[in-house]
Amino acid sequence: MKDGNGSLATPSPKISNRLTLKEHILEIVSDSGEGAQKAGQTFGAVSAKMGNGVWTVEIIPADIQPPPRTKESASGIRIRFGSGKITNAGDEADMLVAFNEIVPYTRIDQNAYREGTIVLIENKWGTDESKEIRESYSRAIQDFHDRGFVVYEIPMEEECLKLTPNPKRGKNMWVLGMLSHIYGRDMEKAAAQVGYIFRSKSKAVIDANLQLLQAGYDWARDNLDLCYEVPSPASEEELVVMNGNEALSFGIQAAGIELCSMYPITPATSTSHHLAECIQASGGIIHQAEDEIAAVGFAIGASYSGKTSVTITSGPGIALKTEFLGLAVMAEVPLVVIDVQRGGPSTGLPTKVEQSDLLAVLYGQPGDAPKVVLAPSTIEECFHFVILARKIAESFRMPVILLSDANLATGVQPFPRPQLREEWLAPPVDQSPWKEGAKPYGWDEKTGLSHRPIPGQAGGEYTLTGLAHSEAAKVTYLPEINQKTAALRSLKLATFGRTLKPPQVHGDEEGDLLIVGWGSTRGAIEEAVSRAQEKGLKVSSVHLRFMSPLEPGLKDIFKRFKKVMTVEINYSDSLDDPMITPENRRYAQMAWMLRAHTLVDVDCFSNVYGQPLRPGKILARIQKELDNL
Amino acid sequence: MFGIKQDFICELPKKYYTLSDYEKGVARWCPGCGDHAVLSSVQRLCREEQLPPEKTVFVSGIGCSSRFPHYMNTYGFHGLHGRAFPVACGVKFRRPDLNVFVITGDGDCCSIGAGAWIHAIRYNMDITTIMFDNQIYGMTKKQTSPTSRLGTISNTHPTGSVLPPVNPLQTSLGMSNVSFVAQTADWVPGHLFATIKAAYEHPGFAFIKVIMRCSKFMGPLVEEMTTNRDAISILTHENGIQPDEGTLKAYKHHHVHDPSDINAARELAEDKEVSYLGLFYQNKEALRYDIYGAHNLGFTPEDKIAAVNAQLDKYAV
Repeated sequence: MKDGNGSLATPSPKISNRLTLKEHILEIVSDSGEGAQKAGQTFGAVSAKMGNGVWTVEIIPADIQPPPRTKESASGIRIRFGSGKITNAGDEADMLVAFNEIVPYTRIDQNAYREGTIVLIENKWGTDESKEIRESYSRAIQDFHDRGFVVYEIPMEEECLKLTPNPKRGKNMWVLGMLSHIYGRDMEKAAAQVGYIFRSKSKAVIDANLQLLQAGYDWARDNLDLCYEVPSPASEEELVVMNGNEALSFGIQAAGIELCSMYPITPATSTSHHLAECIQASGGIIHQAEDEIAAVGFAIGASYSGKTSVTITSGPGIALKTEFLGLAVMAEVPLVVIDVQRGGPSTGLPTKVEQSDLLAVLYGQPGDAPKVVLAPSTIEECFHFVILARKIAESFRMPVILLSDANLATGVQPFPRPQLREEWLAPPVDQSPWKEGAKPYGWDEKTGLSHRPIPGQAGGEYTLTGLAHSEAAKVTYLPEINQKTAALRSLKLATFGRTLKPPQVHGDEEGDLLIVGWGSTRGAIEEAVSRAQEKGLKVSSVHLRFMSPLEPGLKDIFKRFKKVMTVEINYSDSLDDPMITPENRRYAQMAWMLRAHTLVDVDCFSNVYGQPLRPGKILARIQKELDNL
Repeated sequence: MFGIKQDFICELPKKYYTLSDYEKGVARWCPGCGDHAVLSSVQRLCREEQLPPEKTVFVSGIGCSSRFPHYMNTYGFHGLHGRAFPVACGVKFRRPDLNVFVITGDGDCCSIGAGAWIHAIRYNMDITTIMFDNQIYGMTKKQTSPTSRLGTISNTHPTGSVLPPVNPLQTSLGMSNVSFVAQTADWVPGHLFATIKAAYEHPGFAFIKVIMRCSKFMGPLVEEMTTNRDAISILTHENGIQPDEGTLKAYKHHHVHDPSDINAARELAEDKEVSYLGLFYQNKEALRYDIYGAHNLGFTPEDKIAAVNAQLDKYAV
């Protein structure tokens, strides 16, 4: 960050004293289609470019065209930004910009605000022609006051009308300008970012949006007493800022994966959008298959005949790909599968976060189907784990499943710019003659590893089959061979597991309570644990990256704590329910695995509200657990 | 020999492949099964075309027909029921140098794999597909197939099947971007070979439906199909498949059909009385997805890194 000191590029004539904040949580909520997300994404990008730590998360409406001014129509974004690193979406918001008085109630239902939250609301509804709307507006304003919100009624439409006949398109840029003044954003960077997001539009469109941006900025300067500064520490480190799905796309390309075969599904698809834009320039191609099954089959075909391919999907797609994943395990075809998890079962909650596919990807296949499963915990890991996944898939000749989720998919965070390396790229396809006498499944008995012949390698001709087969790829139902080959495929996991280190404990190596997490919840968990530690509580956490095989040494770590509890975003029975006993309780997915793996009585705290976990909620649970200990 | 020194030979002659270079193991199909005839014809094609075994891939699904790749001494992929097409398309997409064949059956193609099948037609990749249509499930022991005639007695319909069959020719000809549709029969070896050869030479997705005998489960239908020569007519045209003399002599009914005429092809496909053997439709100009798939092969590591870095610049803080 060359100029990332948080100072204003545009001087503010009226207010010279800005209140310095360590961090703030801002939400912008509008009717679907009014562009709150675009304004927020731009605000987040500008803040990151100024050197702030940032995490953004989208508030996505449930339907495609919900009726306006309804709770279902609420579309928006949360931006948590601060002076230091931000790893999660945080607790209640400090500021809300609302385009009408109804949409905030979606978030009020989700306890997104607190007493003292500042609400900047479009005031045009107070003078609407419809008596019903006018009354609804004034009722809501009264309610906001009663809830302890600090309400500012803003003439957004009125001000925008001075510049555009259709403020529904463009109000978001005016709001972005207003917020830019409130938080002292660098207007040069903001203008550049607006130019970038409208890069495919005409100059007239860009200019109109820039005018609205400036008008919002000027209006806030002249009319609002809200004026903050969120300083950013000087840093020489080169950063990039993107969401998790974009990071996956970059990881795919940096790994030299030349084919992504996919079928559209939320929330995975935006990775494919990014790939569609740029993978051809980096020597790859994207195939949109006719269905999820064909998508994975196509990827397996391409992997079989050349370079390891990737298929990307979400829960329902994983369900459909199950049979092919079993084939890839059985026939030992390297493959990278990315699962951007959403709420389930069935179609479930397409746009919301859950970590519910863990057991499905591990045990979804009939028969024993060992495979590597790993989960990135940050946007940066979304990038690097794809490169890792390809290498594991190639070396161990098996599918590798990468579990991201909706929280990482849409979360935007800056991270150090990857310095791309040639060794990350897939090597060229081996077309040299196959070693004479070598078998297509010449398993090493100690590790289970073998080399695969690739079409084009003379002398390596074999017929891959999903049936039980010998070293020579011959179909066989001999009992000894089936037993032995199942063991060899399983052995590969043990071999890979030997290369893993025990996870690092966040906090003391021993204590009262150990929280175990995996995937996207790391930021929220570690923030909660750090806050608890600051209060003197003896709590630590570990965050697992590998689900299969599990990282070593877990039992040793667990034994040093009085209690171990996973924190996950998936379903578990509550012991508060009179029907539920410790015996019949169904545990959260990682807890289930860890109990079996370590024989430690691992508890779990999990839910399926479809929301990212909040550090405050986790902290409250930690306190409760320690009180009961 | 003849006083010519080895040193003067610029290029050593390439290996000449014989039939045995393509043969592997003993096919475990029933005696009298039509699959044997197709296997022989395909091995003959490989030898005539001198296809390098290492550059040739047979992809199949599940069923009697799908055991085929195990009997070819080439690369093979015996995958999942109904899913040969996506795998084969994936094999071909980035490997234009490979000769790709799909071997499938009526159940594999027209029932469980129907979705993949029609899209494979539309992708029009340079793949030769041979669909073994014996109108019955053989491997799982006589269940009704999607192409079973109405009233077929089977283990799933002991009193006779209750739905009219799928017409694979009609379905193929109804799919957009279709480029080659032909029909032949396993017991007409000259025609079978000429059809497979024409399909192999076709630049695009060639779909052959082979009318097959199932000696085990077809019952009297085998006899009827192979002996009633009035139920078969040979398609002839200068742009069609050129059958051998023997076929033309054995089958007296001939029908001149221009394979560029898709409407006439559809009418022939719908004829319930007569099975036409020959080329129903061919369009060498149809758009090919495999050409798109292979258009940007061979980037150097430097090219790739430069391209990703250029993209990353846009996300730089």
